[in-house]
Order: sequence, then C-alpha cells, then structure tokens
Amino acid sequence: MYEGVVQDLIDELGRLPGIGPKSAQRIAFYLLDADPVDVRRFADVLIEVKEKVRFCATCGNVAESETCRICADPRRDQSVLCVVEESKDVVAIERTREFRGRYHVLGGAISPIDGRGPDDLRIRELMQRLADGAITEIILATDPNLEGEATATYLTRLLKPLGLRVTRLASGLPVGGDLEYADEVTLGRAFEGRRTVD
Amino acid sequence: MYGAARTPYDERHGRMVPVALYRDEAVVLRTQKLGEADRIVTLLTRHHGRVRAVAKGVRRTSSRFGSRVEPFMHVDLQLAEGRTLDVITQVETLDAYAGRLGNDYGAYTCGTSMLESADRLVGEDGHPAAQQYLLLVGALRALADRRHPSGLILDSFLLRSLAIAGYAPSFDTCARCGLAGPHRAFNPGAGGMLCADCRLPGSDNPAPETVRLLAALLSGLWPQAEASGDRARREASGLVAAYLQWHLERGLRSLDYVDR
Ligand SMILES: [Zn+2]
Ligand SMILES: [Zn+2]
Repeated sequence: MYEGVVQDLIDELGRLPGIGPKSAQRIAFYLLDADPVDVRRFADVLIEVKEKVRFCATCGNVAESETCRICADPRRDQSVLCVVEESKDVVAIERTREFRGRYHVLGGAISPIDGRGPDDLRIRELMQRLADGAITEIILATDPNLEGEATATYLTRLLKPLGLRVTRLASGLPVGGDLEYADEVTLGRAFEGRRTVD
Repeated sequence: MYGAARTPYDERHGRMVPVALYRDEAVVLRTQKLGEADRIVTLLTRHHGRVRAVAKGVRRTSSRFGSRVEPFMHVDLQLAEGRTLDVITQVETLDAYAGRLGNDYGAYTCGTSMLESADRLVGEDGHPAAQQYLLLVGALRALADRRHPSGLILDSFLLRSLAIAGYAPSFDTCARCGLAGPHRAFNPGAGGMLCADCRLPGSDNPAPETVRLLAALLSGLWPQAEASGDRARREASGLVAAYLQWHLERGLRSLDYVDR
C-alpha cells in the first residue's frame, strides 16, 4: 500500500479492463515520472471524451453530436443494416470498406450468466428502426463466439417473421474470437460470403 | 486435434523449464476476459473438480484454440500447474456442445443456468466432483440432442445436482418425520414435502400433478415427466428455483433469462 493519492491512482487504474494490480502500479509510477505537460494533456482528453462524446440517437454508435457521421451520410445505403455488439466493431468493419449500409450497435451480447438479457440491449430500438419498411436486409455481425451466436439466434427468431432478408457473416471467422481482432481481409471476405439464416 | 505442444514457461524462474503437467476431461463452465487477448476459463473436470485456468491468446480470431474453450465445450485438455492459476497448454474437443446450443435460444438459456448452477454447487476448487461432472455431461448431451423439452432437462439437472451436493429434496415421504406420502405442503427450507403434522407456516401447496412431476424429474423418469402439462411444468420450475435459492443463499442470475 502506498500513501494517499498514489494509492488512489493505482486503485483507479486497477479498475480499468485488462489491468491487473501489477500493471496498475507500473502505469502509476510511469505517470509520476512523466512530463507534467503530457500528463495534463492525457487528463484533458479523459475529461473531454466524457463531456463531448455521445451515443448516436439512431444507431447507438459513439458520436460527437446527436447523430453519428455514418447515420448522417446520405450516400450510405438505407436498405441494409449491420447489427454489431459494440462501437469498436463498427470501426473494424469500416476498415474493410466492404460495407456501404448503416449500423445498429446493440451495446453487448446476451449473457444470462452476467445478468444481461435481451431487454438490456438496444433491441427495442432496432425493432423501431424497422417499422417504416425502408430496411430490407439485416446483417448479423455479432462476435463469432457463443454469446454472439446466441444473440444472433435470438434476433433471427425475432426478425424472420417480419419478412426481411436476415444474413449472418460467413464462417472463415474462427469461432471463439472477438470481432475487433479480425483482420480486414478475413472480415471483408466474411461480408462477401454472408449467408441467409433460416 | 491438439494445439502445438510447447515447453511451459515457469514465471518463478523466468525461463523455460518443465513444470507439472496434468491431463483431464472437462466442461467449460464460464470464461472471463483477461488482459488483451487471454481468457480465464472455469472448468468442471472429471478428476480435479472445479479448476480455473488461463487460456492464452484465445480472443484473437487467428487462434484455432479459441473455439474449444467456450462455455459448454466438452474437452480433453492438458494443463500446466501455475502459482495462482493453471495454464491450458493443449485442448482437444470431445463434443462441441457450444455450436449445438448456440443455434437454439431456449436450449442455450437452459444450458447457461446448468453451467452457473454447477459452478456454484461444486464448491471448492480442486476437490474431485466426478458425479457432478458426469451429470452435467449427460444433461448437456440430452439438451444438445433435443431429447426432452429443454426446461424439463434443466429442472431435472438442478434437482439431481442438488441431491449430489447433499441437498436431496423429498417429494414423497415427509421430509421431517418420514411419514409416507403423498403430502400437500412444500417447504424448501425443511427439505421438501411435509405431512399435515409437520407442515410449517409459509409452505407452498403445489398441485399433486406438480409434485409427481418433481419426483419424476428427480428420478429421471422421462415418460412420466413428459406427460405433464404446462401448468405443472411452470409450477415445478418455480419450486425448483425456490429450493435452489434456499440452498445457494443467493439465486442463480441466469435463471431469470431462461426461455422455456
Ligand atoms: Zn448513428
Ligand atoms: Zn411429517
């Protein structure tokens, strides 16, 4: 245990995802040694990100205004919607340049063991977006792991009766991974080869 | 197919040295993210009870290993003993229940509750729990093969797992005095059905059909269990949940999401 504010910093860092107590201590001492200007810039960015960044009212993606850049772009195909778990998946798919439609960010995957069910995701918002009939194809791009698969299964059951074309990213994405780690080529191919689910 | 064998790295000595390896069969109960690309995997093994181990690099989509350490997977694996957590060094699929349950939402939610319950009922890490292991493997197989309605498989599993853990409920004779049944009152804290003399205030009065269903689920009498109606099934799952909650102190989180 360290005194006062140093320990507070270690505790705060330790609450970040993927940071254990040892890493937290290492980062804390790195910051103590660092140039005050650099640390100030880092602190400002942390404050700014919480103040400025909002979530798009339409798709749930991170945005700097009411509507995100993608939803506001009139050149994007309005008839195709790609459903992903998180904003970072939007970034991964955008990098492939294979997809010209719009997105819907669920905010995670169904995981009963973590106390996260369908009502905790932005599924109601998804159904509202489908109400006017403009969207004719839904691509389910949840993670290629068990929870992503189960979420896609749940959504398929919900969407099929609406008469939409529902597709799932093609395999080639190894099972068990996080979508954000897929390389552009593999992910791009997965889009081209997406299959209709029944 | 096995992953590439490698010499385990011993953190204490900071070099490649042989450390104790062991091999076992297991069902993956749950996984948690660790660092950038690793996972902590909770396993119910045949010989070593519950084991928590690290699976390295499995969240990268380039990992061929990742799909084998997902919840529901039935695997044959090799582990290296570590200071705090063991490390999975090789893993082979015995049965890919994950793939077979992920495409049936109802079965997936029932299976998830089975995994959570096994995690909670097996107790301390490292203590052999072969009976619980065999029960879980059998229940997952029944679920994946769609042998019976998913909800019935779940309730049967929960009752039998409780029985193995030493909390066998009594659905026929009185749980307090042993008087032959059938009886009318059910009380989770007293251990099941109670006769008119032993009846405690606050007991439930389930329908006789529900009590017969519960007894059938506990004994694995499937023709009888499947002959039950929807009302009895609903009431039975409520009582199983109450019984489980009593013995686990806090209930299972996933039980609220079961899609029967
Ligand atoms: Zn948007
Ligand atoms: Zn009695």
